[in-house]
Amino acid sequence: MADRAQPIGPGGVAGIAAAVAIPFLILLTTGAIVWVSESGAGLAPSDWAAIRFTLSQAALSALFSVVLAVPVARALARQRFPGRGVLVTLLGAPFLLPVIVAVFGLLAVFGRAGIVNAALSFVGLPEVSIYGLHGVVLAHVFFNLPLATRLILQGWQDIPAERYRLAASLGMTARAVNRHLERPMLWQVLPGAALVIFVLCTTSFAVALILGGGPRATTVELAIYQALRFEFDLTRAAFLSLIQLGMTAALALLAYRLVRNTGFDPGLDRRVMRWDGGKGILPYLDGVLIAAVTVFLLLPILAVVFRGAPEIAGLPSQVWASALRSVVVALVSTVLVTVLALTMALAVVRLGRHGGWVETAGLLAVAASPLVLGTGLFVLIHPWANPEGLALPVTILVNAVVTLPFALRAIVPAYRAVEADFGRLADSLGMTGWVRLRLVVLPRLRRPLGFSAGLAAALSMGDLGVIALFADPDAATLPLQIYRLMGSYRMDEASGAAVLLLGLSFALFWVFDRGARGAEV
Amino acid sequence: MRNFILGVGLLIAASAVHAEDKPILTVMTYDSFVSDWGPGPQIEERFEALCDCDLNFVAAGDGAALLAKLKLEGARGDADVVLGLDTNLTAEATATGLFATHGIGEAVLDLPVEWSDQTFLPYDWGYFAFVHNADMVDVPGDMKALGASDATIIIQDPRSSTPGLGLLMWVKAAYGDEAPAVWEALADNVVTVTPGWSEAYGLFLEGEADMVLSYTTSPAYHLIAEDDNSKMAAAFSEGHYLQVEVGGILKSSDQPVLAEEFLAFMVSEGFQSVIPTTNWMYPAVTPEAGLPEGFDSLIEVDKALLFSAEDARAIRGDALDEWLTALSQ
Repeated sequence: MADRAQPIGPGGVAGIAAAVAIPFLILLTTGAIVWVSESGAGLAPSDWAAIRFTLSQAALSALFSVVLAVPVARALARQRFPGRGVLVTLLGAPFLLPVIVAVFGLLAVFGRAGIVNAALSFVGLPEVSIYGLHGVVLAHVFFNLPLATRLILQGWQDIPAERYRLAASLGMTARAVNRHLERPMLWQVLPGAALVIFVLCTTSFAVALILGGGPRATTVELAIYQALRFEFDLTRAAFLSLIQLGMTAALALLAYRLVRNTGFDPGLDRRVMRWDGGKGILPYLDGVLIAAVTVFLLLPILAVVFRGAPEIAGLPSQVWASALRSVVVALVSTVLVTVLALTMALAVVRLGRHGGWVETAGLLAVAASPLVLGTGLFVLIHPWANPEGLALPVTILVNAVVTLPFALRAIVPAYRAVEADFGRLADSLGMTGWVRLRLVVLPRLRRPLGFSAGLAAALSMGDLGVIALFADPDAATLPLQIYRLMGSYRMDEASGAAVLLLGLSFALFWVFDRGARGAEV
Repeated sequence: MRNFILGVGLLIAASAVHAEDKPILTVMTYDSFVSDWGPGPQIEERFEALCDCDLNFVAAGDGAALLAKLKLEGARGDADVVLGLDTNLTAEATATGLFATHGIGEAVLDLPVEWSDQTFLPYDWGYFAFVHNADMVDVPGDMKALGASDATIIIQDPRSSTPGLGLLMWVKAAYGDEAPAVWEALADNVVTVTPGWSEAYGLFLEGEADMVLSYTTSPAYHLIAEDDNSKMAAAFSEGHYLQVEVGGILKSSDQPVLAEEFLAFMVSEGFQSVIPTTNWMYPAVTPEAGLPEGFDSLIEVDKALLFSAEDARAIRGDALDEWLTALSQ
């Protein structure tokens, strides 16, 4: 690698600058928080309650997601049926789904006036309420059951085909296959999957904002928001931010150490045949399970679409204005994150073996929750200007920083591969700088660039975090507008706007992802 | 890229539409005031007919969140007038130094209390009450009975909402040092705590709870606007806490004359006659035609509870801690 005689170049310098800027931004915001917070005040009983609730809801969400995902992943692993591929792809969709749309759908299914309660009261059972701990856990399971299923399914697929072949030739029953192959794999995969979900749930703000109810169901992030927006108590908001930061950082470190690969020796990569899935009632049980999960995931979305689609045409102009605002925010944020990721990848490659720190700097953003970053920026901006006036630029910046790790994960390895495959040829032709980037690198990075841009756009489009903190009554983004419409009991308009948001988020992802693939040929 | 530039252009153009030649009076208030069925639209129309100006309402959450927003903006804000604080917040609001005197002098008001505040001027008032469906059985008769019952309630956050803060003061005024115990008993009745009144009332109408914290006047809305007599306010034997909603002028206003005109308009017939059937509160000055039919069917409050503005400010911090502690367990 060291023989690469490429100069760092302006792109590389920009990448190094970006790599320095990200930790600097995180340090700066943390510094601002430390500066403002007063640790002398200590933790009030309600702060302890917020910490307890944050951890307990995350633990329950992780537990339910993983426990439910095991049989589903197992069914998907051992059954083959038409549409299986589509279903597995769809399991990735909740990642792109705006939280407020999903919550709206869950309210339609599990709320007082929802389908589930109608069924319960029909058979004479007491109604259930979606507000509080169980609602928050339900929403988190909705988002993370698919993720857990995919992680665990990956574990199953890492078991080499030869093992199943051997198991079948030894006449092993499903139970024996489970004991000798599946259980050891699960013991390795499950802790990591559970911890990833646990970390995600400790920083999930929008779910707690809508479904959390009162001091008993307040997460630390929600408490930060309340301190800032309800009481304008910067000291308290900063102090709570420090608690959240400490929690996330500790958990992220733990997750980093715990998430390993499955440790099976690689097989010959032959097609996996499952002989243990086709006997007796197993296929039917698996079928029922897969159908049940599909209904659980699709029903809330369908409920939103059916209620909201007819309302779209009649949406008031301020909803359209906020939709336009959201698209602009998403696009600018996407351009920013793409430029950051690309220049950082360039710096990683050009610095050769000295470039690892650049990537690590970008991945640091994983530990910073958007709300903590937002609070830090709020504290920094407030002495100089009204933070509300900067709501959109701050949202763009924070969204870009938060999605940067995903973009780096997609782009850096691909960039390395391009340089490994074509670097020498390009060197021998004397291609450097912009020409090399344009003719050699960019055409081969279309796919990861398109994917990460699509991801960034969709995530930014659906974000309801920092924007709620900085909320400007005149410049709401679409998710914030939906939250406000729900608050003022305009459910028809809220449902229409939710369908609009759903469509725009997936359309943005599709345009970038498909657009890049289409242009590849 | 061209579309993107077009989008940005549209956005800028959209924000420039406001810039007309008429002077603009910006009034910051709570969400339900500016909703389609709230007083906002009619009051805007009536005041603009008088003032040759552009009245611009800005909604910023519920009443108590308004104060947080004012502190956040400091002297940098665009607002000229604030509507929707109540007597539990006026002392704290005065202490920020952001408000000017209203300059109306001694207005003639029909309030159940004396009014001499020179900074804030009342525009309506009402008594807090739990509202329930008429078919509810075993309606509790006081806070302790409510706490002991299985009835589910939705309340508002006292940090962001004036009704939420009002309930805090209600319990404190009626029970004093016993308040933490009363809240502990109430805690398991609370389905959820919403940031504002609108959210809470919406959830109640959606059937999420048996009772919601609102006003003795709320049933009038269902009776008059919807010809529906299915909603009632529960009369509590310890009395009901009084809310007086006020408006005030910000020192940082760039339209101080217009702002004073608006406050004078606020206690005049044009504004006051709109209040009963849009904000569903008692008007601060009874309109010439009296109260609308339907208001006579509301429960009468024998015992009104109210802390002075200074006492409310002094009590708020401890009462809030008691509330947070009781409800977070």
